[in-house]
Amino acid sequence: MLRIDCPCCGVRDHSEFRYGGDATVERPAHDNPDLDSWYRYVYVRPNPKGLHREYWQHVLGCRQWLVVERDTVTHSIHSVSFSRRQRA
Amino acid sequence: MTPTEKRFASGGYLDRSQVLKFTFDGRQYEGFKGDTLAAALLANGVSLVGRSFKYHRPRGILSAGAEEPNALVTVGTGARREPNLPATMLELASGLEAASQNNWPSLRFDVQSVNSLFGPLLSSGFYYKTFMGPSRRAWMFYEHFIRKAAGLGKATTLPDPDVYDSRDDFTDVAVVGSGAAGLSAARAAAQAGARVLLIEQDFEIGGRLLSEPAGAAWLRAMRTELEEMANVRIMRRTTAFGLYDGNTLGLIEDADPFAGPVMAAARKTFTLLRAQSIVFATGAIERPMVFSNNDRPGVMLNSAIRTYVNRYAVLPDRNVVIATADDSAYLTAFDLLARGARVTIADARPLAEPTLLAKAKQMGAEVHLATNVADVKGKYTVTGVVLAGKSGTAGVSCDLVGMSAGWSPVLHLTSHQGVKPVYRPEIDAFVPGQLPETQFVAGGAGGSLSISAAVAEGASAGRAAAAVAGKVGVVAEAPALEIEETAGATTVYKPIFGQRKAFVDFQMDVTLDDIQLAHREGYESVEHLKRYTTLGMGTDQGKTSNINALKVMAKLRGISIPEAGTTTFRPPYTPVPIGAVAGRATGHHFRPYRLTPIHDWHTANRAQMLEVGLWMRPWFFEACGTDVNTAYVNEMRLVRSTAGIMDISTLGKIDIQGPDAAAFLDRVYANGFASLKVGRARYGVMLRDDGIVFDDGTTTRLGENRFFMTTSTAKAADVLSWLEFLLDTAWQDLRVSVSSVSDEWAGMSVAGPQSAKILAAAFPDIDFSNEALPHMGLAEGAFKDSPLRIIRLSYSGECAYEIYVGASNGENAWRDLIDVGAAYGLKPYGVEALGALRIEKGHVAGPEIDGRTTLSDLGMGRMVAKRSGYVGEALSHREAFQAANRQRLVGLKSIEPGKRLRGGALLFAPGEPLQGHGRGRMTSITYSPELDCYIGLGLLAADFKGDEVVASYPMKNEVVRARVVSPVFLDPAGERMHG
Ligand SMILES: [Zn+2]
Repeated sequence: MLRIDCPCCGVRDHSEFRYGGDATVERPAHDNPDLDSWYRYVYVRPNPKGLHREYWQHVLGCRQWLVVERDTVTHSIHSVSFSRRQRA
Repeated sequence: MTPTEKRFASGGYLDRSQVLKFTFDGRQYEGFKGDTLAAALLANGVSLVGRSFKYHRPRGILSAGAEEPNALVTVGTGARREPNLPATMLELASGLEAASQNNWPSLRFDVQSVNSLFGPLLSSGFYYKTFMGPSRRAWMFYEHFIRKAAGLGKATTLPDPDVYDSRDDFTDVAVVGSGAAGLSAARAAAQAGARVLLIEQDFEIGGRLLSEPAGAAWLRAMRTELEEMANVRIMRRTTAFGLYDGNTLGLIEDADPFAGPVMAAARKTFTLLRAQSIVFATGAIERPMVFSNNDRPGVMLNSAIRTYVNRYAVLPDRNVVIATADDSAYLTAFDLLARGARVTIADARPLAEPTLLAKAKQMGAEVHLATNVADVKGKYTVTGVVLAGKSGTAGVSCDLVGMSAGWSPVLHLTSHQGVKPVYRPEIDAFVPGQLPETQFVAGGAGGSLSISAAVAEGASAGRAAAAVAGKVGVVAEAPALEIEETAGATTVYKPIFGQRKAFVDFQMDVTLDDIQLAHREGYESVEHLKRYTTLGMGTDQGKTSNINALKVMAKLRGISIPEAGTTTFRPPYTPVPIGAVAGRATGHHFRPYRLTPIHDWHTANRAQMLEVGLWMRPWFFEACGTDVNTAYVNEMRLVRSTAGIMDISTLGKIDIQGPDAAAFLDRVYANGFASLKVGRARYGVMLRDDGIVFDDGTTTRLGENRFFMTTSTAKAADVLSWLEFLLDTAWQDLRVSVSSVSDEWAGMSVAGPQSAKILAAAFPDIDFSNEALPHMGLAEGAFKDSPLRIIRLSYSGECAYEIYVGASNGENAWRDLIDVGAAYGLKPYGVEALGALRIEKGHVAGPEIDGRTTLSDLGMGRMVAKRSGYVGEALSHREAFQAANRQRLVGLKSIEPGKRLRGGALLFAPGEPLQGHGRGRMTSITYSPELDCYIGLGLLAADFKGDEVVASYPMKNEVVRARVVSPVFLDPAGERMHG
C-alpha cells in the first residue's frame, strides 16, 4: 500500500487516489494544432528507473490533483504537492 | 514409554485444570489448555501423524512451529473442513476434530505407499517433464494416476458457514514477534512514547523464551509491564503474513477458542496495518540434517524437542540420539538428561566447546565427535540409528532422534519488498539485507542467536523505531536476563552425499538424489531447481529446506552458497484463507449498490431491477408486461402514443461556475458552447486527447457564469476527474470551479405527446407553452422546499422534459407526476425501453461510444467542421482516422420477416464467406413497434458498397439479411420533439 501524504488531508492509502500519469510532460496549448506535439504529449513516455513525478488525484478526499515524486524502484514517495502550486 | 510417563506432572505453560477432549482420526484423546495439537499427540504417544505428499511415507512431527512440513492435518468436518494446518501451530481446544492426510485406507496401511517402490515413476522432474515435454500425451496418460495419488489435504467444496472480518489499523511502531528481542523492542519503543503494536503468531507471548525455563521470570515481568502500558497493544494468534509498500503489514488473527461461544465472532480477522516503523523480531528456525530416512516419525529438530520438554512438559521418548553440527543442541541434551532420558550425542564437528562437552559427560551423555547419523532404522517409529565416524559405523538403538544443522533467520517479511538476503558465513546463514530506514531487525531474525544479544538489539531497535515516529522519551534499562547460552553454529554443516531417501524438502518429498538428478540434467540455478523438483513449493514455502538445498547445489557445482543463490520470498508467510481477506464483503455485500432517491417506489411498484454498474435501475415495469420482451415494447408504445416517466437520477451531474466557465466548456466539448444563451441547453460531445469520443451529455446555461452539466451514468466519475485535471494542471489560468452534484439532484424524464399537459398540471406555476419553454429550453422553480429545474430535452425523439429536483423530494415529485399523469395515461418505463427508443432515433450510447470511435465514425463530424481549440482536435485529424475502410455508424433493418438481429453480430457483404472479422459489426438492436421489425445500429466500413449486409452471429449459428439505412429510423425532421 503506497501511503501518500496529501498536503490537504494528511497521509492516506493510495486506494483513496486516482493515478493520473506522467507529470513531467508538458501539455500543448489547447489551440495548438500541431499533430506531432500532441502525439508526443499523449504517447511518448520515457519510463524512468528511479525518481519520477506523476499525477495523483485525491478522489476520496479533497479531490485535488497532486504531483507525487515516487521512486519507481522502491515505491518510496519523496514529495507530494498540489499540482496548482507547481505551475501557478 | 506409556502415555502417562510422557507428560510431567508439573512445569510448562499448561493449565492442567482444563482437560480438553479432542479426536485424531476418530480416536479420542485428552490434552491440556496450553497444548498445541502436536504437543497433545506426542503426550498421548501418537508419533505417526500423516503421510507424505508424493511417496506416502509415514511422517511424524518435525518441529514445534510454523515451519512444520510434515504434521499437516485436516480440521473439522463438512463445510468447516480445513486442510493442511500444521499441528504444531494448532491451539488445542475442546472438541477439536483433526484427521491425518494423504492416507488410504488408513494411516498405518496406506495403499499409495507403493509409490515408494516405484520411485522412478515419480522421480524428480516427473511433473516438469510431463508438463513441459514435447508431447502432452504423457500428461493425458498420467493425469488420472497423479490426481489420485498426489496432493495435499482436500478442501471442502461446500459454502463457508463462518464469519470473517477485515479491518484497518494504525500504529507508530509495529513489533513482529514476542521473543526476547520483540519484548525488549516493544518495551523500549513504548517507554520512548510511541504507540506500539506487538504481534505474535502463537497464542502465548514469549517465543523461544517459552522453551527456556531460566527465562520464565524475565518473561513474566516483561509481559506484565507491557500489558500495563496504555500505549501498548498485544495481538496474539496473529501472523504478519506480508509486508507491502509504505510499511503496510497484512495480519491474520485466529479467534481465541477459549473466548466463549459468541455467535457473530469472526473465525479469522484480516488486518491491514499501517506502521510508521517496524521491528522484525521474528527469530530463527532450526534446520534439519540430511541423512537417510531423516523423515521417519520420531526424528525431530533438537530445538523442537526442547520446546516439547520445557513448554509442553512432554518427553516424546526416553532413548535419544542427538545429531548436531551446532552447540545449541547441547542445551536440548541437558534438559533431556535432567528429565532422566538416555542421551547419545553425535556431533558432526571434530571439536566442540569444552565446557559443553564436560557438562554433557558429567550428566551422563555419551558423546561422539566427528560422527554423523548415516541411517535411521524403523518405519512407523524409530528403533535405532547407524552412526558413522572415523572408526567406522555402529548401530545404536533409540526411539527419538534430534537433529541440528544450524539456524535460519526468519527474514521472509523483510524480503517481501525486494530486499535481497545476504549470506554471513560466520553464522552459516542468510540475514536480511539493507532495510529502509524505517525498518529494523533484532535478535535471531538478524542472525543473533544469543538471548542476551536479542534483548540488547531489541532495546536499541525499539528506541530507533520510536524515533522514526518522533518519539524520543527516556528508556529505562531492561531487567537483566541470566540464561545459559551457546555460541550457535561454529562450522558450516555440509550434507553428505551418497545417502538414499535423505530428505531435503519434507513436505514436497524432495531428496538429495532428486537434487543430484536435477543437477545432472542441467537444472543448476535455484529457480530452475525449484521448478524441476518442486522444492520449496509446498504450503511451508520451504522454511526448513531452502538453505540445505542451496548447500547441496553449491557443493555439486563447486561454488559458494551465496553464488548458488538466495531464495526470495513472497507473501504470504503462512497460508491465508481468502475468506478472511474478503471479510464481510461476500454475497450481498460483495459490492455496494447505489440506489436512486426513487428506488423504494420502483420496488414497491413491481419494477424488475437491473444492475447498471453499481446502480440499481428499473429494467421494466410489470404494469406493461410480466416478461421483458413484452414489457419493453409496450413501454415504447406508451411513450410514442401517450407518455412515460423514467428515473434518470443516475446521470452524472456537475455544477460548473466561474467567469471563464463558458470558455472552459468551449474547450472540453468538441462542439461550441461559448454561444449558448442563458436558459438554454445544448447536446455536447467530449473527446479524449487521442481524438476518440469520450462521453456525451447535455449542458444547460443557468446564468452568465454558471452551467449545469449532465454526463452518462457510466462516465460520471471519469468526466468529473477529467475536468478537475485540466483545471488543476494545464489550465490553471481559467477561473472555473467544478463540483459534483450527482447525489444532490433526483432526475426524472417525462416523454411523449402528453408530456407538456402532464407537466402543466403537475407544476401549475410554470408555463409549458412552446413559446415559454421551447425545445432545449430551461424553466426554474421550486417544488416543496427544493429547487426545481425543468429542461426540455429529448432522448426518445418525443416531446420530453427532464425534471431535476432536490434528492430529498425526488420520490415526492415522482409520486405527484404519477398521480397527476394517470388521467393522461402516464406510466413508468425502464432502461430496456429507453435503450430501444434511442435506437429508433439513431442516438449513440455506450455500445457505440466504446473507446474506439471518432466523431466522424459516429456521423457527427459536421458538429466540429468550423471549430478549433477543443480537446482531442489535433489527434482526431490523424491519418488512420481518415482511412477509407474506417467503420462508420449506420442503421440496419432486418429484411427477413420474423428474424431478429443480435448485438455483436459481424457484418458481411452478401455472398462473401462468413469468415474473419467481417466489414463491421452490429452494436445495438431492438424490435421496433413503429416499423414492426428488428432494427439496429452498427459500425460498417465506409468503403462498403451496396445497401444490404449479411449479419452473422456465430454463437447461435444465425445469419440474417439486413438493409443498410440511415441511423435515424423515425421522424428524421424532429417534428415530434419540437411539438
Ligand atoms: Zn486530500
